[in-house]
Amino acid sequence: MKPRDFDMPGADVAWCAGCGNLSILRSLKTALAELEIQPENLVFVSGIGQAGKLPHYIKGNVFNGLHGRSLSPATGIKAANPELTVIDVSGDGCMYGEGGNHFMHTIRRNPDITNLVHNNMVYGLTKGQASPTSQRDFNTPLQVDGVFLEPFNPLAVAIALNASFVARVFSGDRKQTIEIFKSAIEHKGYALVDIFQPCVTFNKVNTRNWFREHTYYLEDDHDPLDRNEAFRRATETGEYPLGIFYKNSKKSTFEENLSIYQEEKTPLFQRKFHRGKLQALMESKR
Amino acid sequence: MPVFLKEEDISLVLCGEAGQGIQTVEAILAQAVKQSGYNIFSTKEYMSRVRGGQNSTEIRVSSHRVASYVDRIDILLALSSGAIDHLRDRISRDTLIIGDPEHIKSAKEEKTAGFSLDSNFIEVPLMETAQEMGGPIFANVIAAGALSCLLNIPKEIFDGLISDMFTRKGQEILQKDLKAGEAGYNMGKGLMESEKAPIHLSLHGKSSVRDELLINGTDAMGFGCLAGGCRFMSSYPMTPSTPLQTFLASNAHDFELVYEQAEDEIAAINMALGASYAGARSIVATSGSGFALMEEGVGLSGMIETPVVICIGQRPGPAVGLPTRTSQEDLNLALYSGPGEFSRVIFAPGKLEDAFTLTQRAFNIAEKYQIPVFILFDQYFADCYYNIPFLPLEEVENENYLVKTTPEYKRYLITHDGVTPRGIPGYGDGLVVVDSDEHDEEGHITEDLKIRTRMVDKRLQKMEQIREDAVAPELVGEDDYHSLIIGWGSTYWPIREALENISRKHPEEKLGFLHFKQVYPFHKSVAEYLEKAEDVIILENNAQGQMANLIKLETGFEIQEKFLKYDGMPFSVEEVQERVMKFMGMGDDGIMEDDSAQDEGEVLK
Ligand SMILES: Cc1ncc(C[n+]2csc(CCOP(=O)(O)OP(=O)(O)O)c2C)c(N)n1
Ligand code: SF4
Repeated sequence: MKPRDFDMPGADVAWCAGCGNLSILRSLKTALAELEIQPENLVFVSGIGQAGKLPHYIKGNVFNGLHGRSLSPATGIKAANPELTVIDVSGDGCMYGEGGNHFMHTIRRNPDITNLVHNNMVYGLTKGQASPTSQRDFNTPLQVDGVFLEPFNPLAVAIALNASFVARVFSGDRKQTIEIFKSAIEHKGYALVDIFQPCVTFNKVNTRNWFREHTYYLEDDHDPLDRNEAFRRATETGEYPLGIFYKNSKKSTFEENLSIYQEEKTPLFQRKFHRGKLQALMESKR
Repeated sequence: MPVFLKEEDISLVLCGEAGQGIQTVEAILAQAVKQSGYNIFSTKEYMSRVRGGQNSTEIRVSSHRVASYVDRIDILLALSSGAIDHLRDRISRDTLIIGDPEHIKSAKEEKTAGFSLDSNFIEVPLMETAQEMGGPIFANVIAAGALSCLLNIPKEIFDGLISDMFTRKGQEILQKDLKAGEAGYNMGKGLMESEKAPIHLSLHGKSSVRDELLINGTDAMGFGCLAGGCRFMSSYPMTPSTPLQTFLASNAHDFELVYEQAEDEIAAINMALGASYAGARSIVATSGSGFALMEEGVGLSGMIETPVVICIGQRPGPAVGLPTRTSQEDLNLALYSGPGEFSRVIFAPGKLEDAFTLTQRAFNIAEKYQIPVFILFDQYFADCYYNIPFLPLEEVENENYLVKTTPEYKRYLITHDGVTPRGIPGYGDGLVVVDSDEHDEEGHITEDLKIRTRMVDKRLQKMEQIREDAVAPELVGEDDYHSLIIGWGSTYWPIREALENISRKHPEEKLGFLHFKQVYPFHKSVAEYLEKAEDVIILENNAQGQMANLIKLETGFEIQEKFLKYDGMPFSVEEVQERVMKFMGMGDDGIMEDDSAQDEGEVLK
């Protein structure tokens, strides 16, 4: 397949020119094409925000739901039909702010979905307020004294919760982004990819150059199975490592743990109504 | 002093602290009563605590069908010192109070000193006997045995039930419980034979009752879910919806459904909508405060036109209110929940049969119109048990509204009636795009204001057909009524029994009772029913007359007379009777004698 196979004819892309979202979209199309995933079998789930609009610009089924809630429908979709490939696309505010509780509990559930979080350290769609990942002293019309809260560290939290796949990429580096997207999508279980992404309009601090200058790749000999090391690397600040921090392939997924899929994989909508069993259950109350 | 009890319909109340095993007594008695061919109704009221407090269960044992709560207590089994005080308002001079000497001591002393409590006391050495049997835990089985004996329940039936209940705990425990039951029977026999307080009960059993279903409101809704093809439930525990969650979770294996305890109600409804989008018939259950968190998800269901069934177990609010009590306060919440304007349906079952049929129907209506469908129930309804002949499973028909998509598929194609054939991802060659933002026919975000208007119209247009599909209210009583009582949801049986009592005494009075089981939108017959009456009274378990207000809004008809109760308890038959008599201008000659039905077939069908 070609990335072009994922083009949405007539899509009215509403992002600013130069926005990091554009390269993420391109990388994602390439990754999906290389993995030969059919759009009909693919479901993009998103919340609200600039990042949340991405599913409208790519070919696939779409559930564009509520702000912060995308992981819940994603979990429900995968549980109702495990044959679908489910990719959740969110922003940092959507995922770590409004959706923080779901972020935590979805990691615990470990559904087989990919969670791409566009982390631009600012709220784009609502025009420039602080996000949970905004760095200290970031000034906004709402944070008039500058941000004085500790930035949320999604990677460290995910590793602490023993998430099954944890990675960080920078949208400007498409080659690495594509590879890591592919690993994340192929990974069985919940896969978090936190994507450093410049918002050219509202974040004048964490610019494309800033990300370039403040990131580097984890060494080739970094062992993603070593959770303690992964956690240590995730807490590094100042200079931020990129790459696959942690992987736990031994975890069973949410769907695998559901008893109904132990014997057959038929999606829920195709299962038959058990009139006889219901009759018997009712009879037991006589 | 001889004690005369109602012979045909006995109201037995067990009262004690949480953790004392009242539920065990209730479970044994309910089964024993039914298996002996008597009709049974039971309801409980309890405090929001795991130990202590005062909780009571009312068990009506009757020769004819009974399905409602009465204030009257014929026999009170006091299992704690606080029991009598807790039920003081319901104790009359005809109440027989049975209890351990230590538990009824203070009330008895009060009586000897000439104070208010004018009842009949019978002391039974429950605790002492339990001690002899091996410890206080046997007190509940002894009590169950004594009461079973009084109710003329054959010992074999009782022993059979004890075996069913305790066999899995091992032979030793089972033998002890059987012995405790025996001791209870002997205690009961002693009471019946003792000169001082002979107890005469003469219930008429019917073998047909033995084979009936004994279920509660939760079971009936649960069966309705399974019958409706429910495949997915995500919810968060909250009284009184937790038992429904337990019901579906415990049947998940056999009926191939997923139950997931979500991290909160917000996740619950969003997860259910995801599963529904992928084709699984989905449900959430909660109570008012939990539902408040789901409201945004209701709007999402409306916007993305994705079906979901929402069960709200009402309890008194605001906020967390009285967690274990009952109310009908969340009609407005369900009716107006969610931002924006879109179609919805609200059901409110009044009888067990309704609960089954309406819950099953809720799934079909949700699928057919791709909307949220609500089931409003309450603590009283969820928890009360009674026997019924059957549930109409044979009539169940689940229509399939899913279509296989083609490459041209448009999720929100504008159609003549607002309903687009529903595709789901992975079924067919098309793409299914749903969006919480305003969207075009393909499901993609749009800010085109013309499309916006058409989409709002599409979502609301469904209402026309939904109204056609509405479930008609049920009219009980005379067709040519002069006075009309209105009720909805769980108040069905208390109102109906009161009406039957009045009609029996005053056959000349033309009285009707209109019960709403679909509370939104109304069936088209509603306005006619209202116009036909000379006088109308409405009964609701809330303080504002939410249903009366909705009737005014929908039909223009203003109901002047309202009987609103919102203390957290259900209406009792007696209070409905008294209030309705007053409404009909029959003076307040007090509560009418509750004479039993001569022929059950004539009264309750
Ligand atoms: C419940 C709710 N609260 C607030 C909003 C308004 N809102 C829309 S997008 C957004 C923030 C988006 O930020 P982020 O997730 O970082 O995405 P970005 O636009 O930066 O990609 C907010 C607060 C909303 N849509 N819903
Ligand atoms: S506001 Fe920022 S995040 Fe949004 S499109 Fe523009 S550059 Fe991108």
